[in-house]
Amino acid sequence: MTSSLRFRAAVVSIVLFAAFLGIWHLATRPTAAAHNMSPEYAKLMGLTATQGKSAMPGPLDVGAKLWEHLRQPFYDNGPNDKGLGIQLGYSIARVALGYFLAVIVAIPLGFLIGMSPLISKALDPFIQVLKPISPLAWMPLALYTIKDSSISAIFVIFICSVWPMLLNTAFGVAAVRKEWINVARTLEVGTVRRAFTVILPAAAPTILTGMRISIGIAWLVIVAAEMLVGGTGIGYFVWNEWNNLSITNVIIAILLIGIVGMLLDQILARFTRMVTFPE
Amino acid sequence: MTDKFISIEAIARRYPGADGKETTVFEDLWLSMGRGEFGCVIGHSGCGKTTVLNILAGLDQPSEGAVIVDGQAIEGTSLDRAVIFQSHALLPWRTVLGNVAYAVTSKWRNWDRAKVKAHAQTFIDLVGLTGSEHKRPSELSGGMKQRVGIARALSITPKIMLMDEPFSALDALTRGTLQDEVRRICLETGQTAFMITHDVDEAIYLADKIFLMTNGPGAVLAEIVENPLPKDRGRIDLHRHPYYYALRNHIVDFLVSRSKTFASDVTDHDPRNVPVVRPGKPELVIASGPGDSEQASWPGLSRPSTSS
Ligand SMILES: Nc1ncnc2c1ncn2[C@@H]1O[C@H](COP(=O)(O)OP(=O)(O)OP(=O)(O)O)[C@@H](O)[C@H]1O
Ligand SMILES: [Mg+2]
Repeated sequence: MTSSLRFRAAVVSIVLFAAFLGIWHLATRPTAAAHNMSPEYAKLMGLTATQGKSAMPGPLDVGAKLWEHLRQPFYDNGPNDKGLGIQLGYSIARVALGYFLAVIVAIPLGFLIGMSPLISKALDPFIQVLKPISPLAWMPLALYTIKDSSISAIFVIFICSVWPMLLNTAFGVAAVRKEWINVARTLEVGTVRRAFTVILPAAAPTILTGMRISIGIAWLVIVAAEMLVGGTGIGYFVWNEWNNLSITNVIIAILLIGIVGMLLDQILARFTRMVTFPE
Repeated sequence: MTDKFISIEAIARRYPGADGKETTVFEDLWLSMGRGEFGCVIGHSGCGKTTVLNILAGLDQPSEGAVIVDGQAIEGTSLDRAVIFQSHALLPWRTVLGNVAYAVTSKWRNWDRAKVKAHAQTFIDLVGLTGSEHKRPSELSGGMKQRVGIARALSITPKIMLMDEPFSALDALTRGTLQDEVRRICLETGQTAFMITHDVDEAIYLADKIFLMTNGPGAVLAEIVENPLPKDRGRIDLHRHPYYYALRNHIVDFLVSRSKTFASDVTDHDPRNVPVVRPGKPELVIASGPGDSEQASWPGLSRPSTSS
């Protein structure tokens, strides 16, 4: 029953994808070439004008280019010409670093906020004000104080991924069932051991949910951040190819950004499933 | 009461209520139990039974007064006082064995894995869960979960077991089996037990002493009923015992009528010296005939004697 549903869903997905490719192909098909055009102008405009070729690449162009990239993902021909694998690698490394720092800060701090009503109340106004600030708004300040574009990007990732983790950890810790705490209390379990053996496992699903939201936001923000700071990374690649007017490469980059984002989300989803307990 | 193993002395519990006034759940409450005794508290919902038990467990502090266990005023929770929670309170991310082992390692921190496991296994076997060690609480029935709770409480070999309506969420059949087990274990190990229940028969079967509490707010311990049934009573033929109905009627009467009106009826109630009652033979009730006053219609009932 469910397997047949899954099978039918897969068929529908494939049909939809094929239809999308078909429409795309038809829409970008070369139209009748323009006739009465001065030769100089035609030369200037290239194939787009002379043969009625669409400025938007078709699926076949993108496919061919993608194959080219996939065969050589890690080449490095200087600052403006690096393989897509390298660019993605830079982005992933920045996200990983900023995200890791955010985990180190947010989870212990979230524990503190969740366990102490005093700290929770004291920090609340700061969190309320800092949370809605767009992470990119920090960029100039970061560039000015840190004076390094790459570290600034990492800082921006840190700042955008810290909030969901912090709030979810604090909420998860504060919402641990009283009776589980009471079990630990009647067993004379010390605070540290209680935090690790009762509160952490009880709050883990909520914490992981926060971490999953964070990785999504971090991956959204890294593209924008790299467009701003430049140099390396998939965001920079998109911007650079736009400047080169290579829409094919831009489309490929968009596709890869989506796929990497999905993979990151799936990894976190798997971790979430690992710590989730049925009640 | 020759030796007071547990002695609750003049405790009160107040909560800050609305409009700045305090609500007093109870005050000046005295209660004591001897070593190895099984005490049951009966009273209407909201009278403060859980509050007393939580104070005894150390999970809650009294606003006034003190609790003395084994000659020492208690401060907070202790591994000597195990609690069996109404909602079983198992840690759902641990297996049956894991839950019991958690208690064992909390008591004996330097035991190695094998020793902890063997010890936990003993108590899992004791409550009849052999074979389910590696199941998670979500895979167990309500009765099995409660058994794990009992195994966990027993595994730390406490001096006192505190139970807050441990079987109220179970079906009658499972409840009966668990009552048998708890009684057997308590008799075998000489446990001192303090249990809250709404089930009169459960109290009659298990308890040596039944504490009757009046309705709150401002609940008082009205009476201590001593169970006249023999120690070797069985659950099945409980109702055949000649004292059974006298005892049961006495408790039910209290719950139905006297628990409401107690405060206005009894003006000279001394919370330090709560009357101890021992309901007697039902035949004598019939012999006395009608027309007597209420007190006189229960000649088998020994006069409320005071204890110290
Ligand atoms: N946190 C609290 N704040 C204010 N009042 C409280 C609080 N906790 C309990 N109470 C009050 O204390 C009284 C006694 O509560 P308790 O839980 O001890 O009742 P109980 O006898 O165990 O009832 P039940 O049989 O329903 O379990 C109740 O009237 C309740 O309203
Ligand atoms: Mg209660």
